[in-house]
Amino acid sequence: MGAWAITIHGGAGVDPNLPMERQEQAKAVLARCLEIGITALRSGAVALDVAEMVVRELETDPIFNSGRGSALTALGTVEMEASIMDGRGRRCGAVSGLSTVKNPVSLARLVMDKSPHSYLAFSGAEDFARSQGVETIDNSYFITDENVGMLKLAKEANSIMFDYRVPIDNNTKNTCGASAGSIVNNSIDNTTTIQMNGLPISIYAPETVGCAVVDTQGNTAAATSTGGLMNKMSGRIGDSPLIGAGTYACNLCAVSCTGEGEAIIRATLARDVAALMEYKGLGLQEAVDYVINERLDEGKAGLIAVSNAGEVAYGFNTVGMFRGSATQNGFMEVAIWE
Amino acid sequence: MGWAIALHGGAGDIPVTLAEERRAPREATLRRCLSLGVAALKANQAPLDVVELVVRELENCPHFNAGKGSVLTTKGTVEMEACIMDGNTKNCGAVSGVSTVVNPISLARVIMEKTPHIYLGFDGAEAFAREQGVEVVETSHFITQENVERLKQAKGANRVQIDYTQPISAVNGDSQIGTVGCVAVDGAGNLAAATSTGGLVNKMVGRIGDTPVVGAGTYANHLCAVSATGKGEFIIRATVARDVAAVMEYKGLSLKEAATYVIDSVPKGNAGLVAVSTNGEVAMPYNTTGMFRACATEDGYSEVGIWDTEVENNFVDNSKS
Repeated sequence: MGAWAITIHGGAGVDPNLPMERQEQAKAVLARCLEIGITALRSGAVALDVAEMVVRELETDPIFNSGRGSALTALGTVEMEASIMDGRGRRCGAVSGLSTVKNPVSLARLVMDKSPHSYLAFSGAEDFARSQGVETIDNSYFITDENVGMLKLAKEANSIMFDYRVPIDNNTKNTCGASAGSIVNNSIDNTTTIQMNGLPISIYAPETVGCAVVDTQGNTAAATSTGGLMNKMSGRIGDSPLIGAGTYACNLCAVSCTGEGEAIIRATLARDVAALMEYKGLGLQEAVDYVINERLDEGKAGLIAVSNAGEVAYGFNTVGMFRGSATQNGFMEVAIWE
Repeated sequence: MGWAIALHGGAGDIPVTLAEERRAPREATLRRCLSLGVAALKANQAPLDVVELVVRELENCPHFNAGKGSVLTTKGTVEMEACIMDGNTKNCGAVSGVSTVVNPISLARVIMEKTPHIYLGFDGAEAFAREQGVEVVETSHFITQENVERLKQAKGANRVQIDYTQPISAVNGDSQIGTVGCVAVDGAGNLAAATSTGGLVNKMVGRIGDTPVVGAGTYANHLCAVSATGKGEFIIRATVARDVAAVMEYKGLSLKEAATYVIDSVPKGNAGLVAVSTNGEVAMPYNTTGMFRACATEDGYSEVGIWDTEVENNFVDNSKS
């Protein structure tokens, strides 16, 4: 009998000027979702069910911008994607291009359990959702005024990217940001801008949530869900639904990633953590550190992971990552910065 | 060291009784595509260009399941996907759900080079293709009578197949196997991989397989380039293409050892791959009955084959050509 462990994230790449109130709200939601997972694990739930249930909570809560409050595509629409993987047998399910499904991670699970395939997208995925009777709602539900405004700013920023001025105020009492991150120098007026995915950090909002968990039987599971990237091209698929990139689980570990999707795909980040453990014999934290330091090149990303031995680990090279973790021996933590 | 190229037209339960009139055109296409690829490498074209041009040829051939000749979804439509990756930069491009783009692999390349993204699907991909002036055509162009037949049979048997007829009529069995792909390395060790497919016969609309999933069906880095084929769902969970490179790097295995190791890890009957290493080695393992394949290396070796036996291989003195 092993020890359970669970770790969750609400996205990497956080505005260092995020008001303290928002930070506390985020931490409260992370704590609440973690508790849901902990309770389930204590009562013997299997990892796969816990991963799905916790990500559903993270999707539903509006603070983390997946599901309701998702980022908008360049066309002003919402396209959500998710994936889930069961470490036992490495079964997996994924969906992309959802526009009416309330809980993408649950549809991904149904693809895995109830279809002959592993990955369904766009209208085919929507049809499948209806045939399975999952909860759907009009696309307008997912679109918030705040994000309509953000989209406009993102479009403007893209066209005047190197002239954008975002003051980084390290003296503000309301923030406790770290200063890591991709810093772009504005040669016009000598200010600096932290960027993620090509957007100034004040506009970029981390869009991904995820969970990696191991149960008392030593089975692992991981799930990741996202609204995508602000101002992305319609039809753009990121790392979250790609097995091996944003999500991975096997008998050794489970991993969920977040950050610059293209960098995560190129690095097959989630799979690499497991591959280092499997083929090179590295421990969980060693493997996590290695991929974050060596595999991302210029990219910015973060990830959470658990091992089948009940360990938790995380790593990120971004400015912060919303995260939380707990282990059977009583350890529990919720954090944003380094 | 030296250049090397390998290509495939799909792995699967290719019946050894495959009729001559079905086998000959496929073998001829493999030979022709191999020559094209070899000529391009000899002319010092970049591996990325070489794999794209070879896969375009394979897509245009109606006998393979990619581009023209793609198998049909359960609705009788065509949904093609492709992926291309450059080993040096690990830049990649992928596309899914296109039904009018003549050469999906070329669209994947345009996505890689002309957008901030890696992967576009369905309507968004189609719209982008038009915006970029990529060649599109009526979707009927891709549909062949053979594939209409295959779909009918699959529905009759209520099955999703890897686009070839199963034992029920194996004698008449045709082999429109999974996927097409090409991997290449030049004399300087630069690598590239490309894969393209129509997917599974009778697949659900919107089904995405391993081909466009970087690390599953397609992968290239500084060590090797890999293109996989077979049952997509198995290739995805085994992250086949990525694992060949990972096993080389983290376990120190050679290309051939790594490729065999990874194919052995997939349940029998479900996968095959072609791979080249930065040193100009080639590997083409499969755990299915057969795999349409061809390869050539700078030292003059070349091979065209389908099953384990009757492999046609040659040694040509390349210094003369």
